[in-house]
Amino acid sequence: MTLQTNLQHLVTAVDVQKLIDENENVMVCCGRMGPMCVPVYNIMEDLEKSGKYNHVKFADMLFDTPEAHIIRNLPECRGFMGLPFTVYYKNGRVTKATSSIQNLNQVLDVLDREFKQ
Amino acid sequence: MENKQYDSIIIGAGPAGLTAGIYLSRAKARVLILDSGMAGGQIILTHEVANYPGFESISGYMLAMNMKKQAEKHGCEIKTNAQIIEYDLQAPLKQIKLSNGESYTAKTVILATGGRSRKIGAIKEDDFAGRGISYCATCDGDFFQDREIIVIGGGNSALEEAVSLTKYASKVTIVHMLDQWQAFASAVDEMKENPKIDYLMNSKIVEFVGQDNLAHVIIEEVATGKRYAKKIDGVFIFIGYVPNTEEIKGLVELNQYGEIIVDAHFKTNLEGVYAAGDSIVKRYRQITTAVSDGTQAALNVLEYIKQ
Repeated sequence: MTLQTNLQHLVTAVDVQKLIDENENVMVCCGRMGPMCVPVYNIMEDLEKSGKYNHVKFADMLFDTPEAHIIRNLPECRGFMGLPFTVYYKNGRVTKATSSIQNLNQVLDVLDREFKQ
Repeated sequence: MENKQYDSIIIGAGPAGLTAGIYLSRAKARVLILDSGMAGGQIILTHEVANYPGFESISGYMLAMNMKKQAEKHGCEIKTNAQIIEYDLQAPLKQIKLSNGESYTAKTVILATGGRSRKIGAIKEDDFAGRGISYCATCDGDFFQDREIIVIGGGNSALEEAVSLTKYASKVTIVHMLDQWQAFASAVDEMKENPKIDYLMNSKIVEFVGQDNLAHVIIEEVATGKRYAKKIDGVFIFIGYVPNTEEIKGLVELNQYGEIIVDAHFKTNLEGVYAAGDSIVKRYRQITTAVSDGTQAALNVLEYIKQ
Protein backbone atom coordinates (compact mmCIF):
# COMPACT_ATOMS: atom_id res chain seq x y z
CA MET A 1 0.00 0.00 0.00
CA THR A 2 1.27 3.47 -0.86
CA LEU A 3 0.17 7.07 -0.39
CA GLN A 4 -1.95 8.72 -3.09
CA THR A 5 0.59 11.31 -4.19
CA ASN A 6 2.66 11.97 -7.30
CA LEU A 7 5.85 11.60 -5.29
CA GLN A 8 8.22 8.65 -5.39
CA HIS A 9 6.84 6.10 -2.91
CA LEU A 10 9.23 4.34 -0.56
CA VAL A 11 7.73 1.00 0.42
CA THR A 12 10.54 -0.73 2.29
CA ALA A 13 13.37 0.32 4.58
CA VAL A 14 15.71 -0.90 1.84
CA ASP A 15 14.09 1.59 -0.56
CA VAL A 16 14.83 4.41 1.89
CA GLN A 17 18.41 3.31 2.39
CA LYS A 18 18.99 2.99 -1.36
CA LEU A 19 17.57 6.46 -2.03
CA ILE A 20 19.73 8.17 0.57
CA ASP A 21 22.80 6.16 -0.46
CA GLU A 22 22.43 7.13 -4.10
CA ASN A 23 21.48 10.81 -3.68
CA GLU A 24 23.19 13.70 -1.97
CA ASN A 25 20.01 15.56 -0.95
CA VAL A 26 16.83 13.73 0.01
CA MET A 27 13.56 14.86 1.61
CA VAL A 28 11.24 12.10 2.83
CA CYS A 29 7.79 12.78 4.24
CA CYS A 30 6.42 9.90 6.30
CA GLY A 31 2.72 10.17 7.04
CA ARG A 32 -0.85 9.28 6.17
CA MET A 33 -3.39 10.78 3.77
CA GLY A 34 -4.45 13.06 6.62
CA PRO A 35 -5.05 16.79 7.00
CA MET A 36 -1.64 17.59 8.45
CA CYS A 37 0.28 15.43 5.96
CA VAL A 38 -1.38 16.17 2.61
CA PRO A 39 -0.31 19.85 2.53
CA VAL A 40 3.32 18.79 2.96
CA TYR A 41 3.09 16.25 0.10
CA ASN A 42 1.49 18.99 -2.01
CA ILE A 43 4.40 21.35 -1.30
CA MET A 44 6.88 18.62 -2.26
CA GLU A 45 4.97 17.86 -5.48
CA ASP A 46 4.91 21.55 -6.45
CA LEU A 47 8.62 21.96 -5.69
CA GLU A 48 9.47 18.86 -7.71
CA LYS A 49 7.32 20.10 -10.61
CA SER A 50 8.87 23.59 -10.48
CA GLY A 51 12.26 22.17 -11.48
CA LYS A 52 14.00 24.57 -9.11
CA TYR A 53 14.96 21.80 -6.71
CA ASN A 54 16.26 19.20 -9.14
CA HIS A 55 19.20 18.70 -6.78
CA VAL A 56 16.80 17.27 -4.18
CA LYS A 57 15.03 13.90 -4.35
CA PHE A 58 11.50 14.04 -2.94
CA ALA A 59 9.77 10.91 -1.66
CA ASP A 60 7.03 9.79 0.69
CA MET A 61 6.43 6.75 2.89
CA LEU A 62 3.33 5.40 4.60
CA PHE A 63 3.69 5.95 8.34
CA ASP A 64 1.77 2.82 9.33
CA THR A 65 3.83 0.30 7.42
CA PRO A 66 6.21 -1.66 9.69
CA GLU A 67 8.99 -0.76 7.25
CA ALA A 68 8.65 2.87 8.29
CA HIS A 69 10.62 2.02 11.42
CA ILE A 70 13.60 3.40 9.52
CA ILE A 71 12.01 6.85 9.88
CA ARG A 72 9.94 6.45 13.06
CA ASN A 73 12.87 5.18 15.12
CA LEU A 74 15.40 7.79 14.07
CA PRO A 75 16.96 9.52 17.09
CA GLU A 76 16.10 12.83 15.38
CA CYS A 77 12.40 11.86 15.49
CA ARG A 78 12.41 10.92 19.16
CA GLY A 79 9.63 12.74 20.91
CA PHE A 80 7.73 13.52 17.73
CA MET A 81 3.98 13.41 18.42
CA GLY A 82 2.52 14.88 15.27
CA LEU A 83 2.24 13.67 11.71
CA PRO A 84 3.93 13.83 9.28
CA PHE A 85 7.53 13.09 10.21
CA THR A 86 9.60 14.88 7.56
CA VAL A 87 13.26 13.98 7.34
CA TYR A 88 16.00 15.67 5.34
CA TYR A 89 19.13 13.62 4.48
CA LYS A 90 22.44 15.02 3.25
CA ASN A 91 25.00 12.47 2.04
CA GLY A 92 23.11 9.71 3.82
CA ARG A 93 22.89 11.48 7.17
CA VAL A 94 19.91 13.19 8.76
CA THR A 95 20.44 16.94 8.80
CA LYS A 96 16.96 18.01 9.91
CA ALA A 97 13.68 16.41 10.93
CA THR A 98 10.33 18.09 11.57
CA SER A 99 7.09 16.95 13.15
CA SER A 100 3.55 17.96 12.10
CA ILE A 101 2.38 20.22 9.28
CA GLN A 102 4.85 22.62 7.68
CA ASN A 103 4.11 25.47 5.28
CA LEU A 104 6.00 26.30 2.09
CA ASN A 105 8.26 28.84 3.76
CA GLN A 106 9.23 26.41 6.51
CA VAL A 107 10.10 23.74 3.94
CA LEU A 108 12.01 26.20 1.73
CA ASP A 109 13.90 27.46 4.76
CA VAL A 110 15.23 23.95 5.46
CA LEU A 111 15.89 23.08 1.81
CA ASP A 112 17.78 26.31 1.13
CA ARG A 113 19.80 26.04 4.30
CA GLU A 114 20.63 22.32 4.38
CA PHE A 115 20.89 21.69 0.64
CA LYS A 116 22.56 24.92 -0.41
CA GLN A 117 23.95 24.62 -3.96
CA MET B 1 8.41 35.80 -16.82
CA GLU B 2 4.75 34.95 -17.16
CA ASN B 3 2.37 37.94 -17.33
CA LYS B 4 -1.14 36.81 -18.18
CA GLN B 5 -4.44 38.62 -18.11
CA TYR B 6 -7.66 37.18 -16.70
CA ASP B 7 -11.23 38.29 -16.17
CA SER B 8 -10.93 37.43 -12.51
CA ILE B 9 -8.21 36.40 -10.10
CA ILE B 10 -9.40 34.57 -7.01
CA ILE B 11 -7.13 34.65 -3.97
CA GLY B 12 -7.74 31.45 -2.02
CA ALA B 13 -8.69 27.95 -3.13
CA GLY B 14 -11.01 26.95 -0.32
CA PRO B 15 -14.72 26.23 -0.83
CA ALA B 16 -15.55 29.92 -1.45
CA GLY B 17 -12.76 30.45 -3.96
CA LEU B 18 -13.29 27.15 -5.78
CA THR B 19 -17.05 27.73 -6.00
CA ALA B 20 -16.51 31.22 -7.39
CA GLY B 21 -14.09 29.68 -9.87
CA ILE B 22 -16.60 27.06 -10.97
CA TYR B 23 -19.34 29.66 -11.56
CA LEU B 24 -17.05 32.08 -13.39
CA SER B 25 -15.34 29.53 -15.60
CA ARG B 26 -18.66 27.91 -16.52
CA ALA B 27 -19.69 31.37 -17.72
CA LYS B 28 -16.57 31.36 -19.93
CA ALA B 29 -14.67 33.90 -17.85
CA ARG B 30 -10.90 33.47 -17.73
CA VAL B 31 -10.13 32.64 -14.12
CA LEU B 32 -6.95 32.17 -12.11
CA ILE B 33 -7.09 30.86 -8.54
CA LEU B 34 -4.03 31.44 -6.37
CA ASP B 35 -3.45 29.83 -2.98
CA SER B 36 -0.49 30.12 -0.65
CA GLY B 37 -0.96 26.49 0.38
CA MET B 38 -2.86 23.64 -1.19
CA ALA B 39 -6.38 23.74 -2.61
CA GLY B 40 -9.17 22.98 -0.16
CA GLY B 41 -8.68 25.48 2.62
CA GLN B 42 -9.72 24.58 6.14
CA ILE B 43 -11.93 21.69 5.05
CA ILE B 44 -8.94 19.48 4.41
CA LEU B 45 -8.47 19.57 8.19
CA THR B 46 -11.91 18.06 8.70
CA HIS B 47 -11.92 14.31 9.09
CA GLU B 48 -15.59 13.86 8.29
CA VAL B 49 -18.09 16.29 6.80
CA ALA B 50 -21.63 15.17 7.61
CA ASN B 51 -23.61 18.36 6.93
CA TYR B 52 -22.80 19.13 3.32
CA PRO B 53 -26.00 18.51 1.33
CA GLY B 54 -25.75 15.66 -1.15
CA PHE B 55 -23.12 13.78 0.81
CA GLU B 56 -24.26 11.79 3.81
CA SER B 57 -20.64 11.60 4.90
CA ILE B 58 -17.45 12.57 3.09
CA SER B 59 -13.93 13.40 4.21
CA GLY B 60 -13.03 17.07 4.00
CA TYR B 61 -10.08 16.14 1.82
CA MET B 62 -12.24 14.30 -0.71
CA LEU B 63 -14.80 17.10 -0.82
CA ALA B 64 -12.02 19.63 -1.43
CA MET B 65 -10.45 17.51 -4.16
CA ASN B 66 -13.85 17.10 -5.85
CA MET B 67 -14.34 20.88 -5.83
CA LYS B 68 -10.84 21.42 -7.23
CA LYS B 69 -11.35 18.88 -10.02
CA GLN B 70 -14.69 20.46 -10.90
CA ALA B 71 -13.12 23.93 -11.08
CA GLU B 72 -10.27 22.68 -13.26
CA LYS B 73 -12.68 20.77 -15.50
CA HIS B 74 -14.50 24.01 -16.25
CA GLY B 75 -11.28 25.76 -17.14
CA CYS B 76 -9.98 27.39 -13.95
CA GLU B 77 -6.24 27.67 -13.66
CA ILE B 78 -5.19 26.87 -10.10
CA LYS B 79 -1.74 27.67 -8.73
CA THR B 80 -1.00 26.26 -5.27
CA ASN B 81 1.85 27.29 -2.96
CA ALA B 82 1.82 30.67 -4.70
CA GLN B 83 3.49 33.37 -2.64
CA ILE B 84 1.99 36.78 -3.42
CA ILE B 85 4.41 39.63 -2.83
CA GLU B 86 2.45 42.55 -4.26
CA TYR B 87 -1.19 43.51 -4.75
CA ASP B 88 -2.37 46.42 -6.85
CA LEU B 89 -6.11 46.47 -6.25
CA GLN B 90 -6.75 50.19 -6.82
CA ALA B 91 -6.29 50.45 -10.59
CA PRO B 92 -9.07 49.41 -13.01
CA LEU B 93 -6.80 46.56 -14.10
CA LYS B 94 -5.77 44.75 -10.90
CA GLN B 95 -2.28 43.26 -10.67
CA ILE B 96 -0.91 40.46 -8.52
CA LYS B 97 2.82 39.66 -8.38
CA LEU B 98 4.29 36.40 -7.10
CA SER B 99 7.63 35.76 -5.44
CA ASN B 100 8.74 33.69 -8.44
CA GLY B 101 8.52 36.75 -10.69
CA GLU B 102 5.21 35.86 -12.31
CA SER B 103 2.67 38.65 -12.60
CA TYR B 104 -1.05 38.51 -13.38
CA THR B 105 -3.66 41.12 -14.21
CA ALA B 106 -7.44 40.97 -14.12
CA LYS B 107 -10.49 43.20 -14.26
CA THR B 108 -11.70 41.81 -10.96
CA VAL B 109 -10.33 40.13 -7.85
CA ILE B 110 -12.20 37.94 -5.39
CA LEU B 111 -10.56 37.72 -1.98
CA ALA B 112 -11.37 34.30 -0.55
CA THR B 113 -8.40 34.03 1.75
CA GLY B 114 -10.19 32.01 4.44
CA GLY B 115 -8.93 31.49 7.96
CA ARG B 116 -6.56 29.37 10.00
CA SER B 117 -6.56 27.78 13.44
CA ARG B 118 -6.25 30.31 16.19
CA LYS B 119 -3.33 29.88 18.57
CA ILE B 120 -3.73 30.61 22.25
CA GLY B 121 -0.62 32.77 22.41
CA ALA B 122 0.89 31.04 25.44
CA ILE B 123 4.63 30.95 26.06
CA LYS B 124 6.44 28.25 24.01
CA GLU B 125 3.31 27.27 22.07
CA ASP B 126 5.26 27.13 18.79
CA ASP B 127 8.14 25.18 20.34
CA PHE B 128 5.95 22.21 21.24
CA ALA B 129 3.91 21.97 18.03
CA GLY B 130 4.24 18.32 16.99
CA ARG B 131 5.94 17.58 20.31
CA GLY B 132 2.86 17.50 22.48
CA ILE B 133 0.71 20.28 21.04
CA SER B 134 -1.66 19.41 18.22
CA TYR B 135 -4.43 21.11 16.28
CA CYS B 136 -5.77 17.89 14.71
CA ALA B 137 -7.32 15.11 16.79
CA THR B 138 -7.75 12.67 13.91
CA CYS B 139 -4.11 13.10 12.86
CA ASP B 140 -2.35 12.84 16.17
CA GLY B 141 -4.81 11.22 18.58
CA ASP B 142 -3.13 7.83 18.45
CA PHE B 143 0.17 9.26 19.72
CA PHE B 144 -1.62 9.76 23.05
CA GLN B 145 -2.83 6.23 23.68
CA ASP B 146 -3.44 5.77 27.43
CA ARG B 147 -2.04 9.21 28.18
CA GLU B 148 -3.50 12.27 29.84
CA ILE B 149 -4.30 15.19 27.63
CA ILE B 150 -5.89 18.63 27.69
CA VAL B 151 -8.30 20.03 25.11
CA ILE B 152 -8.51 23.82 24.97
CA GLY B 153 -11.76 25.46 23.91
CA GLY B 154 -15.45 25.62 24.68
CA GLY B 155 -17.12 25.47 21.29
CA ASN B 156 -18.55 22.56 19.32
CA SER B 157 -15.19 21.57 17.80
CA ALA B 158 -13.45 21.44 21.17
CA LEU B 159 -16.13 19.37 22.87
CA GLU B 160 -16.65 16.99 19.96
CA GLU B 161 -12.92 16.43 19.56
CA ALA B 162 -12.55 15.92 23.32
CA VAL B 163 -15.09 13.11 23.12
CA SER B 164 -13.37 11.57 20.09
CA LEU B 165 -9.98 11.74 21.84
CA THR B 166 -11.27 9.56 24.69
CA LYS B 167 -10.83 6.64 22.23
CA TYR B 168 -7.11 7.04 22.86
CA ALA B 169 -6.44 9.06 25.99
CA SER B 170 -6.84 7.75 29.53
CA LYS B 171 -8.19 11.13 30.62
CA VAL B 172 -9.17 14.34 28.86
CA THR B 173 -9.39 17.66 30.69
CA ILE B 174 -11.09 20.49 28.85
CA VAL B 175 -9.70 23.92 29.71
CA HIS B 176 -12.04 26.77 28.84
CA MET B 177 -11.41 30.41 29.67
CA LEU B 178 -15.08 31.44 29.97
CA ASP B 179 -17.66 30.48 32.57
CA GLN B 180 -20.09 29.05 30.02
CA TRP B 181 -19.87 26.78 26.98
CA GLN B 182 -20.22 28.12 23.43
CA ALA B 183 -21.08 24.64 22.15
CA PHE B 184 -24.59 23.40 21.44
CA ALA B 185 -26.38 21.74 24.36
CA SER B 186 -26.17 18.32 22.68
CA ALA B 187 -22.37 18.55 22.50
CA VAL B 188 -22.17 19.68 26.12
CA ASP B 189 -24.40 16.78 27.23
CA GLU B 190 -22.34 14.22 25.33
CA MET B 191 -19.15 15.60 26.83
CA LYS B 192 -20.54 15.57 30.38
CA GLU B 193 -21.75 11.98 30.01
CA ASN B 194 -18.26 10.76 29.13
CA PRO B 195 -16.54 9.39 32.27
CA LYS B 196 -13.06 10.07 30.89
CA ILE B 197 -13.69 13.82 30.56
CA ASP B 198 -13.19 16.46 33.20
CA TYR B 199 -13.21 20.22 32.72
CA LEU B 200 -11.82 23.46 34.12
CA MET B 201 -13.90 26.57 33.45
CA ASN B 202 -12.58 30.13 33.83
CA SER B 203 -9.09 28.83 33.21
CA LYS B 204 -6.42 29.30 30.57
CA ILE B 205 -2.98 27.91 29.78
CA VAL B 206 -0.33 30.59 29.92
CA GLU B 207 2.82 28.54 29.40
CA PHE B 208 3.96 25.20 28.00
CA VAL B 209 6.91 23.57 29.75
CA GLY B 210 9.20 20.65 28.92
CA GLN B 211 12.54 19.64 27.44
CA ASP B 212 12.21 17.80 24.11
CA ASN B 213 8.53 17.12 24.73
CA LEU B 214 5.70 18.82 26.54
CA ALA B 215 5.80 17.81 30.21
CA HIS B 216 3.44 20.17 31.94
CA VAL B 217 1.46 23.35 31.50
CA ILE B 218 0.95 26.43 33.64
CA ILE B 219 -2.75 27.10 34.13
CA GLU B 220 -4.13 30.44 35.27
CA GLU B 221 -7.51 30.87 36.92
CA VAL B 222 -9.00 33.82 35.06
CA ALA B 223 -10.96 35.26 37.98
CA THR B 224 -8.18 35.17 40.60
CA GLY B 225 -4.99 35.16 38.51
CA LYS B 226 -3.79 32.17 40.55
CA ARG B 227 -1.35 29.98 38.62
CA TYR B 228 -0.43 26.34 39.04
CA ALA B 229 1.37 23.61 37.10
CA LYS B 230 -0.38 20.54 35.73
CA LYS B 231 1.51 17.51 34.44
CA ILE B 232 0.23 16.58 31.01
CA ASP B 233 1.26 14.50 27.97
CA GLY B 234 -0.48 16.45 25.25
CA VAL B 235 -2.63 19.47 24.46
CA PHE B 236 -5.11 19.81 21.60
CA ILE B 237 -6.21 23.33 20.71
CA PHE B 238 -9.60 24.11 19.16
CA ILE B 239 -10.40 27.77 19.77
CA GLY B 240 -11.68 28.82 16.38
CA TYR B 241 -10.11 30.59 13.47
CA VAL B 242 -8.54 33.90 12.56
CA PRO B 243 -9.02 35.43 9.10
CA ASN B 244 -6.07 35.32 6.69
CA THR B 245 -6.10 39.02 5.94
CA GLU B 246 -2.72 40.26 7.18
CA GLU B 247 -1.42 40.62 3.61
CA ILE B 248 -4.34 42.80 2.51
CA LYS B 249 -4.47 44.97 5.61
CA GLY B 250 -4.48 48.59 4.45
CA LEU B 251 -5.52 47.61 0.93
CA VAL B 252 -9.21 46.88 1.58
CA GLU B 253 -11.42 47.86 4.47
CA LEU B 254 -11.31 45.44 7.41
CA ASN B 255 -13.16 45.48 10.73
CA GLN B 256 -11.49 45.39 14.15
CA TYR B 257 -11.17 41.58 13.94
CA GLY B 258 -9.36 41.73 10.61
CA GLU B 259 -12.40 40.52 8.66
CA ILE B 260 -13.09 41.96 5.21
CA ILE B 261 -16.08 44.30 5.09
CA VAL B 262 -18.36 43.61 2.10
CA ASP B 263 -21.73 44.94 1.00
CA ALA B 264 -24.78 42.86 0.10
CA HIS B 265 -23.17 42.14 -3.29
CA PHE B 266 -19.95 40.85 -1.67
CA LYS B 267 -18.16 43.94 -2.94
CA THR B 268 -15.36 45.47 -0.85
CA ASN B 269 -14.71 49.21 -0.65
CA LEU B 270 -12.64 48.93 -3.85
CA GLU B 271 -14.17 48.93 -7.31
CA GLY B 272 -13.88 45.49 -8.92
CA VAL B 273 -12.69 43.82 -5.71
CA TYR B 274 -15.03 41.31 -4.09
CA ALA B 275 -14.63 38.97 -1.12
CA ALA B 276 -16.19 35.70 0.01
CA GLY B 277 -15.89 32.93 2.59
CA ASP B 278 -14.46 32.78 6.09
CA SER B 279 -12.39 35.96 5.76
CA ILE B 280 -15.40 38.29 5.44
CA VAL B 281 -17.54 39.74 8.23
CA LYS B 282 -20.28 37.21 8.99
CA ARG B 283 -21.74 35.21 11.82
CA TYR B 284 -21.68 31.61 10.62
CA ARG B 285 -18.61 30.01 9.09
CA GLN B 286 -19.60 26.75 7.45
CA ILE B 287 -18.65 25.05 4.18
CA THR B 288 -22.16 25.73 2.94
CA THR B 289 -21.99 29.45 3.76
CA ALA B 290 -18.58 29.71 2.05
CA VAL B 291 -20.02 28.03 -1.04
CA SER B 292 -22.96 30.44 -0.96
CA ASP B 293 -20.62 33.44 -0.64
CA GLY B 294 -18.48 32.20 -3.51
CA THR B 295 -21.53 31.76 -5.72
CA GLN B 296 -22.86 35.23 -5.01
CA ALA B 297 -19.49 36.91 -5.38
CA ALA B 298 -18.98 35.18 -8.75
CA LEU B 299 -22.41 36.15 -10.06
CA ASN B 300 -21.82 39.75 -9.04
CA VAL B 301 -18.40 39.68 -10.70
CA LEU B 302 -20.03 38.44 -13.92
CA GLU B 303 -22.45 41.38 -13.82
CA TYR B 304 -19.53 43.74 -13.23
CA ILE B 305 -17.47 42.32 -16.10
CA LYS B 306 -20.42 42.74 -18.50
CA GLN B 307 -20.67 46.47 -17.78
